[in-house]
Amino acid sequence: MPKTLAKTDVVIVGMGAAGGVAALPLTNSGLKVIGLEAGGWLSPRDFAPDELRNSSRNWPQSMQKAATEAPTVRATAEDQANQGGHPMMNAVGGTTMHYWAQSWRLNPWDFNVVSATKERYGDHRLPAGTTVEDWPITYDDLEPYYEKVEVTVGISGQAGNVQGEINKEGNIFEGERKSEYPMAALRSSPFTDMMSAAAKKLDWNPFQGPAAITTELYDGRAPCQYHGFCNKGGCHVQAKSSTAVTSIPKAIDTGNLEVVTFARVTNIVTDNNGKVTGVDYIKGNETFFQPADAVLLASYAYENVRLLQLSKSRAFPNGLANNAGQVGRHYLTHHQGSPVMALFPKDLHNWYGLPAQGVAIDEWADDNFDHSDLDFIGGANLWVHTDRKPMSAAKMTTFGEVRSWGSDWKAFIMKNADRTNYAYIQKTTLPYENNYLDLDPVVKDPLGLPVTRITARYGDNEKRITAFSQEKMEQWYLEAGAIKIVKSPPGNAMGASTHAYGGTRMGDNSETNVVDRWGFAHEAPNLGILGASVMGTSGARNPTLTVQALSWRTAEYLANNWRSIVG
Amino acid sequence: MTTDSEKINNQEGTSEGQNQSLGLSRRSLLKGAGIVGAAAVGSTAASTVMAQDSSSLMSASKPIAAREALEVLTAIEASTLEAFCDCLIPSDENGPGAKEARAVHYIDRSLASHNSSSRHNYMVGLSALNDYCNKTRNKQFSQLSKDLQNSILQAVQANKIEGFAPSAAGFFNMVRGHTIDGTFCDPYYGGNQNFVGWDMVRYPGIRLGASETDVAQGAQLRPNHQSAYDHSTYTKIASNIDTKIGTTGGGDHA
Repeated sequence: MPKTLAKTDVVIVGMGAAGGVAALPLTNSGLKVIGLEAGGWLSPRDFAPDELRNSSRNWPQSMQKAATEAPTVRATAEDQANQGGHPMMNAVGGTTMHYWAQSWRLNPWDFNVVSATKERYGDHRLPAGTTVEDWPITYDDLEPYYEKVEVTVGISGQAGNVQGEINKEGNIFEGERKSEYPMAALRSSPFTDMMSAAAKKLDWNPFQGPAAITTELYDGRAPCQYHGFCNKGGCHVQAKSSTAVTSIPKAIDTGNLEVVTFARVTNIVTDNNGKVTGVDYIKGNETFFQPADAVLLASYAYENVRLLQLSKSRAFPNGLANNAGQVGRHYLTHHQGSPVMALFPKDLHNWYGLPAQGVAIDEWADDNFDHSDLDFIGGANLWVHTDRKPMSAAKMTTFGEVRSWGSDWKAFIMKNADRTNYAYIQKTTLPYENNYLDLDPVVKDPLGLPVTRITARYGDNEKRITAFSQEKMEQWYLEAGAIKIVKSPPGNAMGASTHAYGGTRMGDNSETNVVDRWGFAHEAPNLGILGASVMGTSGARNPTLTVQALSWRTAEYLANNWRSIVG
Repeated sequence: MTTDSEKINNQEGTSEGQNQSLGLSRRSLLKGAGIVGAAAVGSTAASTVMAQDSSSLMSASKPIAAREALEVLTAIEASTLEAFCDCLIPSDENGPGAKEARAVHYIDRSLASHNSSSRHNYMVGLSALNDYCNKTRNKQFSQLSKDLQNSILQAVQANKIEGFAPSAAGFFNMVRGHTIDGTFCDPYYGGNQNFVGWDMVRYPGIRLGASETDVAQGAQLRPNHQSAYDHSTYTKIASNIDTKIGTTGGGDHA
């Protein structure tokens, strides 16, 4: 029997990007919160500028809970599912410790893909087999929460639309903002300046992307030093606005948040009426039951879904909040693959850039261009950035010029290590009927619990966006003077991804969605779910800021409606 | 400490001639990389050297025979791999390669730590390579001419030789990846000795900050030849000597 602990108001499962933000409005309102985190605390001293440590040793993710429960992956139900890696981080701050920190708002179109597509192009243009729905909320509903998060954690960027006033220095396609970013964008570089100039020649509108990285002294934190080890590494000066150095310490300062580290949640407990009563977790060799009036599930998309599917009870025989059979459905991973690589005839001076220090093109994203004569909907955000390291430089493609080793190869990389660049192209990805998450019937984690099984593949719509956006990217690189281009083919199976969406989708219809418009389970109203698992569309840009805005909104709603929600 | 012994190493590293006759692996052992690489990973052998007489180390004028064991590879595996890596990133008219970077030294150590899951594939693959050479040429891989080694490795890469795990091509790609790691990684891990890998691709080195002026200089920026762990904040004892960037309070982070 688990040891029963003293009851608290709210338990948050996961102190990462989502839970780390949600803790703040809750604790500010006076609610007592316990944050259960599977990892521990990390400090700036843990993040050495060490490419091998970040990229090959995969420190510290390789040692963590998530690594022992990586999902299995298959493209279709006929294929064998094989276990791959897990890209996520268990730590206070979660993936905001080691992510690139690009912090976009979704574009307004992403919230109403169905109605906007029907209106502009007709019903027949929605791809066959997609289960996409309009979100129950619009961009305008979320706008105030985007702003709260941008100010609280500290986002730098250049606005393109403040109260209808368009500024071509920013993204002219973005939804209307109430105010400017709290900090100016990361600086440009000789390479991004070159790419911006080329984009302007094409009559495109280049702009510096938004980032959860400080560019000035902000809330006591130093500005970015541009040394460039963000990718899979944390920040040595706390310039990366991870929740571990922003909203979580603020919540702790209220006296109302207790963070419990190395707590592995195994079960969300419900009573016979279907009301959530708390969670079971293991810490060390002991099992605890933490009772709470409300539970916010804020682990990653895979673990959110798995915990619900594992939490079977009399009221929920098929898993918590799954009596409608929607947990695990409408799953998708962002199509981030299929990059375009370019070789230039001169050094690009990218040794010290960071991945968020880049320039974006939004002309070919979402519905920012006319799709009347095209055979797909949605599009891609084109992103080029400054980030070069010696090991990855040596591992680059040789553009068919030499074989991959020997004296010729050595001469090639000596000349070209700083002359190549690869574009990061994020594409609209839709949910489909045959793509889903369930419990693997064979593979278990060290506790003997089944891991998640991913059954998913990209549709024709995603593959057409890939071909279309790669051509645009090639055009951009060639305009900037590239002499060789390599385009990677689109993938098929959707492997475990850092941009995983769905599985507990948000929507008004309880037959097709797990959570309501405020983020609470239709079937278990004192269970809130945070994270990209509630998102029904991907947009063409990184999810974290949207996850955080939604989390703030759900937490604030809980605090404001406490009595009616917890009963 | 590391910086001082590095200076010594760099000096010794330039005295190529006197070690030339000792053969490749012997030479690379004696090049003193052992002191930097091993000290950095806290090897007993190296700390013994340090402890014995650090003052004589500082003023050393001749090579020091640091004790250094192979951690995972056998002697034959190591010499086979040394020849393999030398084909992948050769020491040639364009300068030093995997040999001078001590990629094999890196791989051997990595197989005891973050690459431990590859141990089996190394054992199987290196013996398959030698089996093939013994059968077809009656010699070990390392004893063949460079041309012959190159053509055999081409066959391995093309998956035309049997007996490897998981496959000949898979083995080749694994060794290639690890050889690149060992040539271009932070020298802390026992490779990229004397920063030959970073100099090879004109990487000016890790910095804790990069100004716009630094960036604008590109490869013209003077290489600083520093390991991440020359910065005390990232070392084990940092809390005693540097509290500016570290956590406040010095106690539990919570």
